[in-house]
Amino acid sequence: MPVRVKVPTILRAHTDGEGQVDGEGATVREVLDDLEGRYPGIRARLVTDDGALHRFVNVYVNDEDVRYLGSLETEVSDGDVVSILPAVAGG
Amino acid sequence: MSFTEDQVRRYARHIILPGIGGEGQRKLMDARVLVIGAGGLGSPAAMYLAAAGVGTIGLVDFDRVELSNLQRQLLHDTEDVGRPKVDSARDRLADLNPNVEVHAHKILLSSQNAFDLLGDYDVVVDGTDNFPVRYLVNDATQMLGKPLVYGSIYQWEGQASVFLPGPDTPCYRCLFPEPPPPGTVPSCAEGGVFGVLPGIIGSIQAVEAIKLVLGVGETLVGKLVLYDALRNEFTTVRLRWDPDCPVCGKHPTVTELIDYEAFCGLAPGQAPPEAEQTPSAREA
Repeated sequence: MPVRVKVPTILRAHTDGEGQVDGEGATVREVLDDLEGRYPGIRARLVTDDGALHRFVNVYVNDEDVRYLGSLETEVSDGDVVSILPAVAGG
Repeated sequence: MSFTEDQVRRYARHIILPGIGGEGQRKLMDARVLVIGAGGLGSPAAMYLAAAGVGTIGLVDFDRVELSNLQRQLLHDTEDVGRPKVDSARDRLADLNPNVEVHAHKILLSSQNAFDLLGDYDVVVDGTDNFPVRYLVNDATQMLGKPLVYGSIYQWEGQASVFLPGPDTPCYRCLFPEPPPPGTVPSCAEGGVFGVLPGIIGSIQAVEAIKLVLGVGETLVGKLVLYDALRNEFTTVRLRWDPDCPVCGKHPTVTELIDYEAFCGLAPGQAPPEAEQTPSAREA
């Protein structure tokens, strides 16, 4: 059973409009790499050229911010939910 | 302060409600809440605060009502198109509840006037539509020691939280240390926004503001609610205080209000990418 990834509206242009996709991998980074293979361009929206998370995007494994776990090396297992939270400003 | 007969009838359902009662209703009537942005989020927030009998409601907005606002901004009527938003909003709130004192601030919120304006209120509700003002409001409330009720929307999705001043609890900068580069996040004007969405998020903001005034329940401190209207899904994630936060961390490096346009990568006076004009307390 793969990891479930919740994709925010702002990134759904990359996922053919899907709000939830499955990803494979043992860490958040591997899951994002897996997504990049199927949805080219999505990784650059989340990760800098240096391989770190952008500071205006948060990624959660279940309800915990990966910045307070192992960042992109945070381990994930089957059934975990990875949520992507972008900064948006609309009001 | 005692209630008039009219007030007893108007607030009857609150007065009999465990958690509010007569004492809580008096707290609401004594409260001063500032709503920044009289638009999508500010509409339900201000209207529910007024209906609840919050004694003083401040509204900050520099814009005029446009026809394209009316799909979601219930403070304004068709006949208000062209009027300053704070004027039509004040009329709407006065119709809803004449007991409420409404202060209409038709100004561009800036580092120069933020302390004066926010300092007069107990709770601040953020319903702005651009990153520079969001960081400004966050920093100003942290420095003034005021609670901030945060809400933000994009297309079909919204977020809400409560940021308390001081260390140990997160602020907006703990959540997003840096704004996205200009032009990478489309505005509601560019990307569209589902009209009911701000009704949900702005109402959550009203709930949190009222709980803060009353001191009841658990607020969204240290938590962020995400709402996805398309999937009909609420998700709550944990927010952590960042000890290295430049504003509320252990060793703050930002101790006075800065140039928030520059911070967001904009030239002075340059329109933020998500708005049509100068950064202001305008909302989308």
